[in-house]
Amino acid sequence: MIGTALDLVVVALLVAAALAAVGARGLFAGVVFFVGYGVFVAIAWLRLDAIDVALAEAAIGAGLTGVLLLGAVGHLTRAGAGAPPRRPAIPLALACAGISVMLGWAVLSLPDAPGLQAPVAAALPGSGSTNPVTSVLLNFRAFDTLLESIVLLAVLVGVWALAPDAAWGGRPGLVQRVRPDGVLAGFGRLLPPLGLLVGVYLVWAGTKQPGGAFQGGTVLAAVWLLASMAGVARAPRVTSLILRAALVAGPVLFLAVGMAGALGGSFLGLRPDWAAALVLTIEVGLTLSIASALALLVLGPPERPA
Amino acid sequence: MMAADILTGVLVLLGVAGFFAGSVGLLRFPDTHSRLHALTKADNLGLGLIAFGLAFQAEGVADILKLALIWGLAILAAGTAAQLVARSALEERAPAEEDAP
Amino acid sequence: MIPSATLFGLAGAALVGIGLYGFLAHAHLLRRLLSFNVLGSGVFLMFGAAAWRSPWIGADAVPHALIITGIVVKLAGSALAIALLVQLARATRRAALPEDEGRPP
Repeated sequence: MIGTALDLVVVALLVAAALAAVGARGLFAGVVFFVGYGVFVAIAWLRLDAIDVALAEAAIGAGLTGVLLLGAVGHLTRAGAGAPPRRPAIPLALACAGISVMLGWAVLSLPDAPGLQAPVAAALPGSGSTNPVTSVLLNFRAFDTLLESIVLLAVLVGVWALAPDAAWGGRPGLVQRVRPDGVLAGFGRLLPPLGLLVGVYLVWAGTKQPGGAFQGGTVLAAVWLLASMAGVARAPRVTSLILRAALVAGPVLFLAVGMAGALGGSFLGLRPDWAAALVLTIEVGLTLSIASALALLVLGPPERPA
Repeated sequence: MMAADILTGVLVLLGVAGFFAGSVGLLRFPDTHSRLHALTKADNLGLGLIAFGLAFQAEGVADILKLALIWGLAILAAGTAAQLVARSALEERAPAEEDAP
Repeated sequence: MIPSATLFGLAGAALVGIGLYGFLAHAHLLRRLLSFNVLGSGVFLMFGAAAWRSPWIGADAVPHALIITGIVVKLAGSALAIALLVQLARATRRAALPEDEGRPP
């Protein structure tokens, strides 16, 4: 009973925050509502017993996406770019409400089919992890995760391709002007050690509990972004070999393990007796790549002359 | 009902009152700096009371330490953010005041 | 008692409608992108609701893993869209597409 009441409160906040984010009068207010909305989505995932998803949503959906949108608001304001106002469109609103109603009806008529818990639970021993989500990501559906890590690289190439010629080889993002003895610089020095610990712990714990390369990598990316915004650490040049090695470490390790599996009979198949070590190896490589790719995506293309 | 449960209930309710006061201040106070004042003080106190109340439900020392860590980090982040917002509000206000007679 | 999954599945359906409306009604491209993100998380919530089974024997890990993949790809897509949008804004001083402003494309 009290659980349903809590669910209803979360649902109400979720829908209200979404309406505010989409309908806010100002762009900045919309973005702020969107960040709050992301936190409510993460709470919804907690209520659905999807702790791995809640961690990813809080870190990526609310955190990094929020930074990305706020940065974009700043860029657009500096460029003096405007747009015509929203069209008041009652037929459009009615049509969208109709789509929602139909989707809601589809949700209510979902059949009580058995899920994939039983096959996942049966295959869990020997998969290299006791967290089913990690087993699915790195073993049972490893192909998805491999391609996803390559998608991140492809997108980063796309973002970097927008750099002006003169800036190529420079450092990504804008110059941060921070007072060296100020509050932000102090915060930027205080938090990274703790953030590093949390990020690494999330990766390590991911094979047994909720967590893993995506959640841990996002925390590490956030630490990097904070240090860069606080002027404590400079972003590396886009031509840096170390940076590029970190970016491709995950996909390369993943592919290498996959090819070794192919020699043993199945591409991306993990031998049960080695699976634990292999899963951890892939996780560590993926964490490096995900952390650096996400941070660089948020920083944007290099803009200052090299 | 155990004494610990009652303590939790009372402290969490007090914490909620703190958040409520902070939110009223945010909505009612006239300018950025007094709003920040309401938000940071009342909300940090509210979060502290809630964390303190929940500590009575914790299963071990580790859980209590985690609650304390969450409170500490939230205070740190809120304090830093408040400083940055206040400074940027000052910088935005300064030219307008120079124009005033 | 209503299962959480039903409630959040319905919330997801509402969010899809809200996001779709914002995506179509706004001309401002950043607001469109924000609305599209709302639409996306609505789809994820509906998918998550489908991962909830009755009788309850634990969460289904396969949809959860796919949703995590989806969240990361959504961020990557948003980052690329924002990089393109910033370039458009610098080149044209507008944050909307020409056809949405009544100009010839």
